[in-house]
Amino acid sequence: MPKRKFEALEIDFIDESEVLTPADEQFHVDKHKFKAPFVCGCRNLGEALRRIAEGAAMIRTKGEAGTGNIVEAVRHMRSVMGDMRKVKLMGDEELVNFGKEIGAPFELLKQVRELGKLPVPNFAAGGIATPADASLMMQLGAEAVFVGSGIFKSSDPSARAEAIVLATTHYRDPEVLVRVSAGLRGAMAGLDVRSMDESELLSTRGW
Amino acid sequence: MVNGLVMARIGVLALQGDFPMHEQRLLALGCQVTQVRTPQDLTGLEGLIWPGGESTTMTRVMTDELRGALREFCSTHPVWGTCAGMIMLSHTDPDPRVRTLELADVHVNRNGWGRQVHSFEADLRVVPELAELRAPVGMFIRAPRITRLGPAVRVLAWYRDEPVAVEHGRILLTTFHPELTGDDRFHRLFLSWILSHQRVAS
Repeated sequence: MPKRKFEALEIDFIDESEVLTPADEQFHVDKHKFKAPFVCGCRNLGEALRRIAEGAAMIRTKGEAGTGNIVEAVRHMRSVMGDMRKVKLMGDEELVNFGKEIGAPFELLKQVRELGKLPVPNFAAGGIATPADASLMMQLGAEAVFVGSGIFKSSDPSARAEAIVLATTHYRDPEVLVRVSAGLRGAMAGLDVRSMDESELLSTRGW
Repeated sequence: MVNGLVMARIGVLALQGDFPMHEQRLLALGCQVTQVRTPQDLTGLEGLIWPGGESTTMTRVMTDELRGALREFCSTHPVWGTCAGMIMLSHTDPDPRVRTLELADVHVNRNGWGRQVHSFEADLRVVPELAELRAPVGMFIRAPRITRLGPAVRVLAWYRDEPVAVEHGRILLTTFHPELTGDDRFHRLFLSWILSHQRVAS
């Protein structure tokens, strides 16, 4: 129901937010029923394609939100990109079997094979806290980045936001990265994901 | 070399927005494509596509140096703006967050159809040189709306009776996103401008 309210408010985009505030622990939202587009998280290609099958208009890595630690987002992006590279070389019979293994619809896998990328924009999120994090995710294949607490929990939100945007646009240019990173004050304090209790992890929510 | 013409070298402004799809369309038509992020990237290009995205974000991300280089390039080469790219080449209502180049004698109203939920697709009516068996589909995503056209501007396509694609000199402007449909006729039109420009030059 909150999603219906967002739509009534003419919100431009809805984050299903399945990691932060799940209102339903069993099912994801049937996003085809909404006119407002949805963005959903994923840890791997199968999860991304299940969300797209449900109607997601944009996909982001889950990463580990609120940690300021990029390692999970890197793991998820590498998994999605690596599996897409494999898919590009598969024949139909292999693709059917692969779809069964990762729980992804065959038709969407065929689209990925044809396009060489997800059929919707592929964002990085969950742990980006520095311009270098943003640049790294772009180099791994992200088409854009989402940053939340990495900006708002830092000691210099405005300057940091500007620097992350520039590092994303010019991700191939290390000189820009050095220039925009210089002079930034403290990034948000990072959490070591390995030291966190299993029950505290957000990225394991959803399927 | 095709028919004595050199493969067109076209830039796609890659500050932000939908530049990968434009790049794919141009590659499929056999162009050489450069993603443009700095003034140096414009060197040697014969034309530029300014893709859709957010005109406010583009304004923020663009350095004064790049703005100057784009102004110079777009005044002397064929250029095509789609959606937010069209806004950046036209005139728009005063807003401190958006500084456009005002190169085309066209005035637009940003988000003229409303918010994201009012985005839509519709068949367009086109001038004879763009007509094919099927009408092109316009994808209007928080699209701008044209509110005024100068006397030297020619309309190329309409949605209902409203102009949605225009040309002014060597500036092509579309309020919708032709790169998102399989129909590449607007890309071919733009490419033909560049090839005829090559002929004139040689």
